[in-house]
Amino acid sequence: MTEQSLWSIFISASLINNFVLAYFLGICPFLGVSGKFTTATRMGLAVTFVMLIASVCAYGINILLTLINAPYLQLISYIVVIASTVQIVEMFIKKVSPALFRTLGIFLPLITTNCAILGLALFQTNRGYDLIQSIVFALGAGLGFTLALILMAGIREKLELAEVPNIAQGTAVSLIIAGILSLTFMGFAGLGS
Amino acid sequence: MNTKHAEIVVTGPKDTDEFIKGLWAQNPVFVQVLGMCPTLAVTNTATNALTMGLATAFVLLMSNIMVSSLRRVIPKQVRIASYIAIIATFVTAVDYIIQAINLELHKSLGAFVSLIVVNCLILGRAEAFASKNNIKSSIYDALGMGLGFTLALLCLGVVREILGSGTFFNLMVTPTNFEKWVIMLLPSGGFFVLALWMLVINRLKQRRQEAKD
Repeated sequence: MTEQSLWSIFISASLINNFVLAYFLGICPFLGVSGKFTTATRMGLAVTFVMLIASVCAYGINILLTLINAPYLQLISYIVVIASTVQIVEMFIKKVSPALFRTLGIFLPLITTNCAILGLALFQTNRGYDLIQSIVFALGAGLGFTLALILMAGIREKLELAEVPNIAQGTAVSLIIAGILSLTFMGFAGLGS
Repeated sequence: MNTKHAEIVVTGPKDTDEFIKGLWAQNPVFVQVLGMCPTLAVTNTATNALTMGLATAFVLLMSNIMVSSLRRVIPKQVRIASYIAIIATFVTAVDYIIQAINLELHKSLGAFVSLIVVNCLILGRAEAFASKNNIKSSIYDALGMGLGFTLALLCLGVVREILGSGTFFNLMVTPTNFEKWVIMLLPSGGFFVLALWMLVINRLKQRRQEAKD
């Protein structure tokens, strides 16, 4: 595979088809944890990290499942393997680097059931990416997720000073902002390709 | 400990209440804000929305029955993992069923059928309700929540399809000179329509509150 196609996978995953704003994956943390800038950054980093692990795991599982000819086990094995790998990695980080653990810590177990992670694994399998492409795809998707989360957090911090009508407070206004952000990201559609 | 708790809950509200709460007071989408990914992603047409809603309702019903009947067998420490395994089994089944019935529909839903596994609504009901209640009330709970979820998805799907492509379940309903709102089919349309529905529901609630005061 050439350099160009790796680059276009990256741009496509992070900007053009942003996981949150175009595929609606990971909306729960997007609406839930985007209140504060620092939390949003940490959450984004944790998700990127888990995506990288999940991507490599999913690639391995897929080879194994093709070997034993059992595609119907795909979903169940993806989710079990991803969840347990994240658990092991969490313990490993706690032992090796307490500073990193404090940064990612609480978010790691939470994001195992984040649909963005499983979505990533399924997409890369459906599109038949090889190992390097999968890793680049995971990196792009993770950074795109982080970008969306940080943008959202920035806007919401400003929003605290604004006067929002009573009926629009909370989820409704966040959704409107997300809609406008999603429109903005449409502007990237001409990139790459 | 677990069984004692279960009995207390069972003697509380009636089964019909368990059913009705999912439709309005605890509607999964509009009130609890659970399962947002499919809500926004596949509601560009009413058909997709209905399929997704029914598929989710089916998985919810089956997993609630399983979790509720196994609630004394599953050890507490591994309960979440067991729930996910149960849910993933039924989702795989649904995925193959949809593929068998209508291949085109399966293609337009894409990976989102598989993603029912991580719909927080299903795991949420398993953990919060089915693991503590008997099979009968779990069935009512699942039916109510599933129907509430399907209705909410339809609310979005119908609006987006009529405005975005001028059709209703693939039937032409608008005059031929109707200017289609392309934005409704785009991702941002999903966000806007859901926000509008939330505004409507918040307004209704507010009015009810005012009437009470």
